[in-house]
Amino acid sequence: MLNFTLKQLTAELAARRLSSVEVATFFLQRINTLGKTLNAFISVDEEKTLAAAQAADRLIAAGKAGPLTGVPVAHKDIFCAKDWLTTCGSKMLANFRAPYDAHVIEQFNAAGAVTAGKTNMDEFAMGSSNETSFFGPVRNPWNFDTVPGGSSGGSAAAVAARLTPVATGTDTGGSIRQPAALTGICGLKPTYGVVSRYGMIAFASSLDQAGPFARTAEDLGLMLNVMAGFDARDSTSLQRDREDYTRDLQRPLAGKRIGLPREFFAEGMAPDVAKAIDEAIAQYRKLGCEMVEVGLPNMKLSVPVYYVLAPAEASSNLSRFDGVRYGYRAAEYRDLMEMYKKSRAQGFGAEVKRRILIGSYVLSHGYYDAYYIKAQKLRRLIAQDFTEAFKQCDVILGPTSPGTAFKIGEKSGDPVQMYLSDIYTIAVNLAGLPGMSLPCGFDRTNLPVGMQLIGDYFGEAKMLNVAHQYQLATDWHQQAPACVQSEG
Amino acid sequence: MTWEIVIGLETHAQLSTCSKIFSGSSTAFGASPNSQASAVDIALPGVLPVLNRGAVERAIRFGLAVGATISPRSIFARKNYFYPDLPKGYQISQYELPVVQGGSLTIMVGDVEKTVHLTRAHLEEDAGKSLHEDFHGMSGIDLNRAGTPLLEIVTEPDLNGPEEAVAYAKALHALVRWIGICDGNMQEGSFRCDANVSVRRSGEPLGTRCEIKNLNSFNFMDKAIRYEVRRQIELIEDGGRVVQETRLYDPDRDETRSMRSKEDAMDYRYFPDPDLLPLAITPQWIAEVKETMPELPGAKQERYTGEFGLSKYDARLLTQSRAWSDYFEVVLAGSGITDKAVAAKTVANLMTGELAATLNRSETDIENSPVTPDALAGLVRKSADGTLNNKLAKEVFAAMWAGEGDAATIIDKRGLQQISDSGEIEKIVDQVLAANAKSVEEFRAGKEKAFNALVGQVMKASKGKANPAQVNELLKKKLGG
Repeated sequence: MLNFTLKQLTAELAARRLSSVEVATFFLQRINTLGKTLNAFISVDEEKTLAAAQAADRLIAAGKAGPLTGVPVAHKDIFCAKDWLTTCGSKMLANFRAPYDAHVIEQFNAAGAVTAGKTNMDEFAMGSSNETSFFGPVRNPWNFDTVPGGSSGGSAAAVAARLTPVATGTDTGGSIRQPAALTGICGLKPTYGVVSRYGMIAFASSLDQAGPFARTAEDLGLMLNVMAGFDARDSTSLQRDREDYTRDLQRPLAGKRIGLPREFFAEGMAPDVAKAIDEAIAQYRKLGCEMVEVGLPNMKLSVPVYYVLAPAEASSNLSRFDGVRYGYRAAEYRDLMEMYKKSRAQGFGAEVKRRILIGSYVLSHGYYDAYYIKAQKLRRLIAQDFTEAFKQCDVILGPTSPGTAFKIGEKSGDPVQMYLSDIYTIAVNLAGLPGMSLPCGFDRTNLPVGMQLIGDYFGEAKMLNVAHQYQLATDWHQQAPACVQSEG
Repeated sequence: MTWEIVIGLETHAQLSTCSKIFSGSSTAFGASPNSQASAVDIALPGVLPVLNRGAVERAIRFGLAVGATISPRSIFARKNYFYPDLPKGYQISQYELPVVQGGSLTIMVGDVEKTVHLTRAHLEEDAGKSLHEDFHGMSGIDLNRAGTPLLEIVTEPDLNGPEEAVAYAKALHALVRWIGICDGNMQEGSFRCDANVSVRRSGEPLGTRCEIKNLNSFNFMDKAIRYEVRRQIELIEDGGRVVQETRLYDPDRDETRSMRSKEDAMDYRYFPDPDLLPLAITPQWIAEVKETMPELPGAKQERYTGEFGLSKYDARLLTQSRAWSDYFEVVLAGSGITDKAVAAKTVANLMTGELAATLNRSETDIENSPVTPDALAGLVRKSADGTLNNKLAKEVFAAMWAGEGDAATIIDKRGLQQISDSGEIEKIVDQVLAANAKSVEEFRAGKEKAFNALVGQVMKASKGKANPAQVNELLKKKLGG
């Protein structure tokens, strides 16, 4: 069961060779042991999980199973799930029990999935290492001294360590793809608008998008089939016909054009990462793909543009956390202003405060045009670069992150170094494009390297096809960290 | 040196949608605190706004009514500030690109017509309410009102005195109710005005303005502006200068007080709301709304003066609100008088006379008049066919007001039929002449007044039911003969 993919597990459950309760019990046991070591979860509720598993078994017995009935899924603690603590990794919401389900949670519940728990994350999804969590850092299953990436670090670590077969995450600037890369698994950020943001605690509304973690591209497709879909409660949700994201998995890749942005390969990549990416390119050539050099001349602006726009939106999105209606409120205060100040000063961590300050600054009278408006203009230019590039290629390939997992504490004192770890992923969010990461090798210290694929708008199925064919030809995705093997 | 007053008004009209502008909660007034506050209104983590189409449609109606440009694309922006009754920490409003741009409203100031230009009208959500009483050392928050749709209507600084400001506010109040986008209930806060007031010596550039808030009645608006103008003029004449600030009108003390100066003004950090797409309004949508627009007051006035030959004065009175013109048109349709002009004049006289006076006396709106337009039409018919003279008509009207039934029933019950039988009238006339020999003598001696006294006696003897024209005629014949 340990190494079952989602696809295998659903087959076992459907054939009733395994019960959902057996599966849930097995993974809960792992969550409570290895999971604790990794600090991958914020909330575990065995009673709820087992009750859901029992309900799933009854559905299966009644022949009413949905696509994921009985499968444990861990959810990033950014999704509101009814009656579950929903903390967003923050002291501010440490006591917040959501009274409703996010659209993503509803979709999984409707598909029969069993919530395995709520995973650790950077506070309000602001971070690239999972070190900003109020609940402490998550350890990377490949090396406990290193970070799993962020902000969806708990979900990535959980899937890599086989604490759950699949998990959900959110990606505002790389928060699914970068931790997937650093933990040697697959993660996908869909086209903006494909998955409803309703019930997902907002960081930067115009960039946030939920997506799945799994160990194979095929499983990502199965997960996306459940997550995607129009939702009238999110005005940015797109009204499109339902599609099967696994429909193109088996297509041969011969003749596919893979775009290699020269800016991705210019500088900044660690040598081991560059080597692994080169080998992946060679593999794709073997599969009959044609490599096309493309240009993304404005990509270099994506980090500064992102760090104007995302904090701007965040500064406003986080205003609702004021201690008035729910969440953390300072114990003592003399008046209203002091209640606000103390509650927010005590409830938010340093990185969140830094971004609220940056965001408030760039929106301020007299600075708005120079920062926010300018950044919006550049955002359009960055998106246009991709539009031009996709005239020449089917998917774009490059690294997910400039390096492999770094040491806990190594970059936490240097925000700019931390921000630069998202240099390859951020432009994709700014453009609203789909992107994914899949494992393509290891560095000399046996830490996984991730390769990023970027699709054109609504190109998820094509991107998954390109990833799946690679995984048929390689076995990087089947490697497990030592902590898993040592347990047998 | 004469002073010129310059005023611009900002009006918040609460739109008459059943649900809120970005959530499905009810907008009904008076519910128990927080019983109409959904997850979206409370701003729980993760919730998102969805625009209410009905609110946009009402904005379009307004734009059409004032001849404004309706933006094919407008933007919702976040106005960021902290206050306990503002759950999200920002208000969703429109800033750079409002839904309605320009337009104008023609008002009457006394007998003078004036065109007031509008700058814009934009959609936004209302905040909740902070309740400071009944909570010892704390404040209560009621979020029922949070998210109620508002249309903020802003004029150019076109108004040159309290009379004009009040005339504009009244005309706007009538218009928003006329086109059915706002119930206009000022007690419940459905129609709220702020005034930007400045003064200057004639010919000089615009003076520094102060914004006066809390003008929740036309009377307060008039008083507040008068006070503020006086305050500013005195200040300048004493060698001081006006400081740009927001002032609050205190009706109890009849004065305005400083709330906050421009230096304290908050930086709202407006930016486009990324949760909402730009609002697109197609020409087709505008055309659809146009189809449902009622005839507007201006067009009606033209029709009443042109088609019916009514005076401008009457036409304006009859179009003071949609209820008045609807009432007028129902009565007119049932008047039974074939000559359109005569019919219109008859009905107009009755409405601007007896009806208006009675409504005034009993402090009732025409909407709540106990005499329905159908009932009044019945009365008009009974007058037109000679059943009732003016005096009897008044009596029947009073009885209808008192709830005694329709005109026919009252006439029947009270036996108020006018006497037009010349034999019967002659009998009464003869009796009166016999009993009033003195008056007859006086008349014959050349005292014209005595004739009127005799007419009065005949009418009295007939209990007011004699046909006055016939009485006159008979008396003249008898006395002359």
